[in-house]
Formats: sequence, C-alpha cells, structure tokens
Amino acid sequence: MTRISLTVNNMKHEAEVEPRQLLVYFLREQVGLTGTNVGCDTSTCGSCTVMLDGKAVKSCTVLAVQADGAEITTIEGLATDGEMHPLQKAFHNTHALQCGYCTPGMIMASLDLIQSNGELTEEAIRSGLEGNLCRCTGYQNIVKAIQEAASEMRPTVSA
Amino acid sequence: MAQVAERAERYMGGGVLRKEDPELVSGQARFIDDMTLPGMQWVGIVRSPFAHARINSVDTSRAKEMPGVVAAFSGADMADEWADGLPCAWPVTEDIKLPKHWPIAKDKARFAGDPVAVVVAETRAQAADAIEAVDVDYEPLDVVFDMEKALEKDSPLVHDEFDSNDSYTWTLTTGEDIDQIFSDAAVVVSERYYHPRLIPNAIEPRGVVVQPNQAQGEYTLYSATQIPHILKVTLALTLGMNEGKLRVIAPAVGGGFGSKLNVYAEEAICVALARRLGLPLKWIEERSEAYLATIHGRDVIQHMEVAATEEGRMLGVRAKLFANMGAYLQLVGPGIPILGAFLYHGPYDVKAYSFECTGVFTNKTPTDAYRGAGRPEATYAVERITDALARKVGKDPTEIRRLNFIPPFNEATPVASGLSFDSGNYEATLDKAIDLVDYEGLRKEQQDRRNSGDPTQLGIGLSTYIEMCGLAPSQVLSALRYVAGGWDAATIRCHATGKVTVVTGTSPHGQGHATSWSQIVADELGVDFDDVEVLHGDTAIAPLGMDTYGSRSVSVGGTALHLAAQKIIAKAKTIAAHELEVSEDDLTYEAGTFSVKGAPDKAKTIPEIAFSAWTAHNLPAGTEPGLEETSVFDPPNFTFPAGAHICVVEIDTETGMTHIRKYVAVDDCGNVINPMIVDGQIHGGIAQGIAEALYEEAVYDENAVLMTSSMANYRVPSAAELPSFVTDRTVTPSTTNPLGVKGIGEAGTIAAPAAVMNAVIDALLPLGISHMDMPATPEHVWEAVQSARGRSVSGTGTETTAAGSGLGSAETPGGEA
Repeated sequence: MTRISLTVNNMKHEAEVEPRQLLVYFLREQVGLTGTNVGCDTSTCGSCTVMLDGKAVKSCTVLAVQADGAEITTIEGLATDGEMHPLQKAFHNTHALQCGYCTPGMIMASLDLIQSNGELTEEAIRSGLEGNLCRCTGYQNIVKAIQEAASEMRPTVSA
Repeated sequence: MAQVAERAERYMGGGVLRKEDPELVSGQARFIDDMTLPGMQWVGIVRSPFAHARINSVDTSRAKEMPGVVAAFSGADMADEWADGLPCAWPVTEDIKLPKHWPIAKDKARFAGDPVAVVVAETRAQAADAIEAVDVDYEPLDVVFDMEKALEKDSPLVHDEFDSNDSYTWTLTTGEDIDQIFSDAAVVVSERYYHPRLIPNAIEPRGVVVQPNQAQGEYTLYSATQIPHILKVTLALTLGMNEGKLRVIAPAVGGGFGSKLNVYAEEAICVALARRLGLPLKWIEERSEAYLATIHGRDVIQHMEVAATEEGRMLGVRAKLFANMGAYLQLVGPGIPILGAFLYHGPYDVKAYSFECTGVFTNKTPTDAYRGAGRPEATYAVERITDALARKVGKDPTEIRRLNFIPPFNEATPVASGLSFDSGNYEATLDKAIDLVDYEGLRKEQQDRRNSGDPTQLGIGLSTYIEMCGLAPSQVLSALRYVAGGWDAATIRCHATGKVTVVTGTSPHGQGHATSWSQIVADELGVDFDDVEVLHGDTAIAPLGMDTYGSRSVSVGGTALHLAAQKIIAKAKTIAAHELEVSEDDLTYEAGTFSVKGAPDKAKTIPEIAFSAWTAHNLPAGTEPGLEETSVFDPPNFTFPAGAHICVVEIDTETGMTHIRKYVAVDDCGNVINPMIVDGQIHGGIAQGIAEALYEEAVYDENAVLMTSSMANYRVPSAAELPSFVTDRTVTPSTTNPLGVKGIGEAGTIAAPAAVMNAVIDALLPLGISHMDMPATPEHVWEAVQSARGRSVSGTGTETTAAGSGLGSAETPGGEA
C-alpha cells in the first residue's frame, strides 16, 4: 500500500492505496464520489474524465498514486453554492443528455475544451470531443451546449 | 375508432426541459455501479475463451485459496439452482428447436464468452484475480460461424441434441399468387444484402446487485435493465422462486438500445449465489466482457426481390432471410426478424407478399433486439431494392416512390402484408424532405461532378421508411407465439396536499418519461408540471408493467396514463357535483377545474377534490375515499410511424472516404408530447444508423473468436465522425390510441442505414458500382472502386466471416448493366 495525499473538489484527502488502484476507482470507492463513471476498459469512451491540475484526464488511465499531490475536480465539484456550472445548465437547456451516463465525463471534457481557449466552431468542438463517446444524443445537442456555455464562460469569444 | 382527446395543452407539445437532468448533470444519479451494500461481495464470471469446446473438468480449488475469495463454483456445482433454463419468450414456430440455455454451461461451451464457472470474493480486484485461478480443461471442438455453412449437411452442430443448425423457419404469404405475379411481371429485381453483426454499446455496461433476506426467502435484485417486470416473472421461473418474494429494481440505467432488454445469465447467477450464500452480491460487467456476453444485433442475410411493371409500379415482394441466432435463443431473439416481417413492402402498395426467415445457430454471441430490431433490416431491403428498381426502369428515386406510395389515409387501412396501418401520409413527408435538402440543386451538382470526372463524387440517398411499434395488441402477440402480453399500466395518485404521483409500468433509461408523463398529467389534471412526480422501475412500487422497448412507451404506457387521468376526472366529477350540490351534467371540466354551467364562480379544482377525497368527511354515497386510479391499456393495433430521410454524401474515390455533407430527416410520429425529446431521439437514432452504414461491424476470426473485442477496435463513432442533422416533421395522428401518438425511439436507426447506403451507391454508380454491403468503410469503398476499375486488391482488407459481405464486390444484380 502506498500513502497519497491529494485535493478533490477543494477537500484534502489522505489515503492508503494499492499501487494498482486506478484513480477512477479511488475516487468512486474510497472518496465516495460516484458521479465519475466507467464505461470501457480501454480509455476509449471518456466517461471517467476528470480535471487533474486543470487538465482533463481519463481517470481510468491514471493510477491513484500518480495523482499524489494533485488537485482533482470531478462532476460533483462543478457547482458553486448550489448553483449549476454554466456547462451543467447548458447541457440541461439544450437537451444534451439522455441516459446521462457519459454526461459527467462529457462535461469535464467540455470544460477543458472551453478553458483551453481554442476556437469553438462546430468542427473544432466535434474534433475536440473525439475522446468521449455518447450513444444516445448523436452529439448534436452537446455541440450546442458547449457553444451556449462558452458564450457565458468567455463572452468575448464568439462561438 | 379512438377519438383524439381534447384538452387544454399547457405543456404537451411544448419545449419543456427535462426533470431528469439535474441529478444526471451533477453526478448524483445512482447507477448500478454506484451501489454498495454492507457486507457485499463481488461476483466474477469465468468465461470460455473457445467458441466451441467440451468442458472436461473445472477445478476451483486454486481459486478458493486466493486472498479474499469466499466461494467458487462450476456449472455442475450450480446445476441444482435452476428450475429451468434462461427464458426464450418468443418461440416463433411450433417446431422451433429451442435448446436449454443454462446460466452456467456444464458440459459444453458454445460461444466465446459462455460462462463456465463463478467466483465470489471480497473486492472487485480479488474477484478478477480469482477468475484467472479457475482451471478449466477444455477440449476445443470444430466451430461454425457462417450461417450458410452452418446449414450445410456436414456442418458441426452447435447443439448435439438437434440434427441440424436451423432453429426455425417462419413464413408469411398473403395477397395474390406470388409465384404467378413474379413469373408474369415485366420487371423483376433481385438483390442480396448482408447486415453486419453489431454490438449495442450502451455506454453503461450491465451490472447486478442482490440484497438477500435468506431467512424469509426474499431477494431484491437491482439490475441495469430495461425490463424489471419481465425479469421478475422469468427469473422466478428460472430460479424456482416464489415471484412474490422477488423484487426487481432498475436504478438509473445508462442506455439500453435493446441490449438491456433481456434476461441474462448473470442476473440468474447472482440471485442464485445470494440464495446459496446468504450474502449481498455485486457483479459489474467490464466492457470487453460486454462485447462477448451482452447480446449482439443484426447479422442477417436477405434475398430481396420485387416484381414490377415496366413503369416501375410494384406488384409483389418476396423476402427470404437467414438470421444468425448465435449459440442460444435469448429472450426474444427468434422474434426479432418477425418484427420486420410485415414491413417488407414498406409504405408501398403491392398485391402479393411473401416473407420467410430461417433462424440459424452458430458459435457466436447470441443476437437479440438492438435498436430498431427487425425494422432496420426490413427498411434497408425495401429501400435498397426500390432504388435498384428505379435504376432498372430509368426513374428518379423520388419518382419511383411517388408512383408506389400507399395514398394518404387517416383511418386504419389493411395493407398487403396482412396488418392494418393506423394512418399515413407518406408523400407529404417526402415533399418536405425534398424541399429541405434542395434536391434539384443537388442532382444538378451531381451531374456536373459526373460530367467532369470529379474524384469527389456526390451521392443522394433516400429512405422513405415505415416502421411498426407500440408493442403490442396482446392477441396479436399470442398469434405470433410471443409468450407475454403487450399491455401497459399507469396509476395516478392525487395527494391530499395537491401534489400528484404517477406510477408507470414503463422503465425509461434515457427517454425522458418522467418529463413527458408529467406533461400529460399536468395538462389533463390542471396541475403544475413540477407538482407531478413519476415513479418507475421498481416492481414493489410499480407492480404492473411491461417495460420499455420497441418504441412502445408513449403509445401504450402513455395511453394507460391518459386513461387513468380520465378515471380520476370521472371520480372527481362525482365528488365535485356532490360538494357543489348540482348534478354531474351541470358541470363543465377544463384544465383541472369543474365549474357549474352558468355559475363559473362555483368551482372545484382537482387538488381541492383530492383533499376532500382524503378527509372523506363528505363523500357521495358509494364513493370510496381517496383519489387514485389505475388503468391498464392493451392497444387495439400497432402504430406505424413513417418518414423520409435523405442523406447526401461526398465520396473521395481516390481514398474511399465517405463524408456526409447533409442529412435531412422528416419524421411523422403522430402527435408530439415533447418536441425537444423527439428531436433528441431522432438525432441519436440517426447516429446509430449512420454507424451501422459506415463504421461498425463485429468481426470474428476463423475460430469464431471476436476480433473487434473492445471499444478501441469496434468503431462507435464520436462527434468527429458525425454531422449535424436537419430535422422536421409532419403530423398524422395515430388512430390506435386516444393520444394520437406513434413512437419515435427507433425511427432514426430504422431509416438511416438505407439512406446512407443508397447515397453511397448513388455516388459510385458512374464507376459501375451498384451494390455494396455495410459498413461502407473507406477500405471497402476503395476496394470496390479498384475492383470496378479492373485493378487487383488482393492482399488487402480484413477477412470478415460473413459470406458475401461485399468486400470489393461490384456486383450488377438483377440484370443491371
């Protein structure tokens, strides 16, 4: 077992983890944050995407020990004072989710996409999301949601 | 004929946002893997790596000594747990070969992934390790995976107890003499199509949690399922349990697409283990495991023929199918092709009709319902052959369709296949789609590109589909030898506080029933949308139901809800008349309020009456306290949504790459409760249909082992591979139910493969290519182009197991030149 110390959604956590423990299972089973989902074994679907030190990572590809000292944000950490994050609101407003299983990962990947300050044309969004799979929506409303959220999060950039 | 209900529509038809979303966008929804019970142990399934093997012995002793391992059992060890095999509820013919399907194989494994042993351990990782420590002595046997080879006399047998691999042959012949029609017809077109085997890929894998109460013999099964009600009945039979002591709960379910419309070995295994060990148990499917152990879809060969006049007027259709059942018959597997059996003339008027399907056993994962289930296959064959007929008689694809459409009708009308379509106006949807896509402009551009020999060729593909949903009239299901009924149920409970609880027998997993059902009830009872709470997916809370699949929920479950609301209104009217001291005839009802005619200030609302009914202080004689009603609706007919999809592709003939430039979908699902949700269903459905046409295929090697074994090599499209879709609709209300609704869950998946492939072929026609099977990957298209140009393509390409799956083929079927 290895001792790690990290911040998750602004809360400090210290824990003993098995070296083989994946970050996603550490978050889900040890920290108790089950909002981050697991959809595949191959880092393909992106359901497990979280922010690690400000960058989106697939938490099924990161060992918990690698996150020692890191700051993690999961879907549970996005809202502030009970107010939904602009991306959460936009996903709701534009019907960008159906079953909702891929949604936490999709929202975290979208957050990275918006924060990385690249252009947000439809084509750029679609290519920026290629690491996250959704089987329900056909992605059309997810593209709309990101454009809507971006206009709130970075109003100077036209979508 | 049902009347379309009149109501004040505050919510129905409007763009109401979903009430399901807040918990889903915040990570608070509870999916199956989010559940942990005190003392819970993990179940792991040992699966055969061989597609066909005798199991000589299973040694669990090494596994039992591993850290954390609680128990390990072979199929023989568990044999006493089963009162019967896993269920097949749709034995489509009297003489069907229906093999026993034990949850854990005892003597033989019949597909790669067949369970052969189980382990129980304290943690997920320990269970995974223990699986590796179970020693199974396999004796590999000859495999059969190709349907046509499986039907040959000397083929290896999947099930020794039968003398051949054909499970059943189901036939339907109606109308005029089909052979005569074909022999007399001026034009006959025949083509052969293959539908690739597809892996459903709900993003949430399956999973099971069981809470036992061994002392009372009571078990609560949580499962990522579409069908908690059907699961309860069938598992009670498989496990020999008192159905009253089994409670099934579907928590938040992360997509299904038919793959969670089944009764799986793992569900039976986990309840049986919980009964044997008295421990709470959990099993969560890994994705690679899902690819083997969750049902697959399609894998169908079609021989499709149409007879027509010289002008292209269709006279008769003849379809002959071979459907790959895989190793066992799953819950409704044999019936899947039958769901399309009545649709092989599409929206077209013919005089003679013949359909035949043979189900074939192979050493592959069993197939069953995958979004569309039988209807994408039917639509594909009809729409492909319609285009082939258009080419043969020299007509434009729009013209051939107009020539053959059943004319508009607004009451149930018999059609050639023997059913009655509920209502339809097929030309109107096509007109709208043609306008939206700029058909004339595209044809001109296409001609220019053809004339100039542009390496990028343009293709325009139509799919004027019809489908059949609203499953189903129970008597028709009986005639089709389906074991269960097709009704659904709803309860409305008006609380003393004015709030309303709806209990539905449907089991949504992304379709937004809580929102749509709230819209229906809020309008009918005049309460606020937010004051309606919808409960579902728990057999203790919603004891009556037939669950969610086949685009049935709104037309059957939604109608049950409407009828329950009518009962509420009727009882409330009796109480209102009593309280207002008038006769019921003196009351008018609008949007939740009963008013006395001529004295509108004398009024009672539904919430007020709910309070009176609760106190029961002053009820009319013979009226029971409380305001709660249940209705069970058994539909008199199916519903028949239809539409026109047009796909426009650009194909780079140098690389074989297909790019979808535009996709227009005009759908007619009758009346619309929530247009936002309907559009969302269409978007997702089209995406899956495009995936089938261009990307996805489960490929097996010569040992019948799945090569596309993970999401890394089975190509579920991402946002980057898909375009935006232009959607619109026409509204032809259904005559099957008083809401006038038809269903929309599968329309996109049913329509899209034909639209895309007709576009691909349209683009490649100048090269002499008039046939290609799905998926039209760049590799397949490039090979077809090379072949058409007389260049060798040997040494390239992936071998697929499907005979004639179209690699490099540039056939000219039906005598086309």
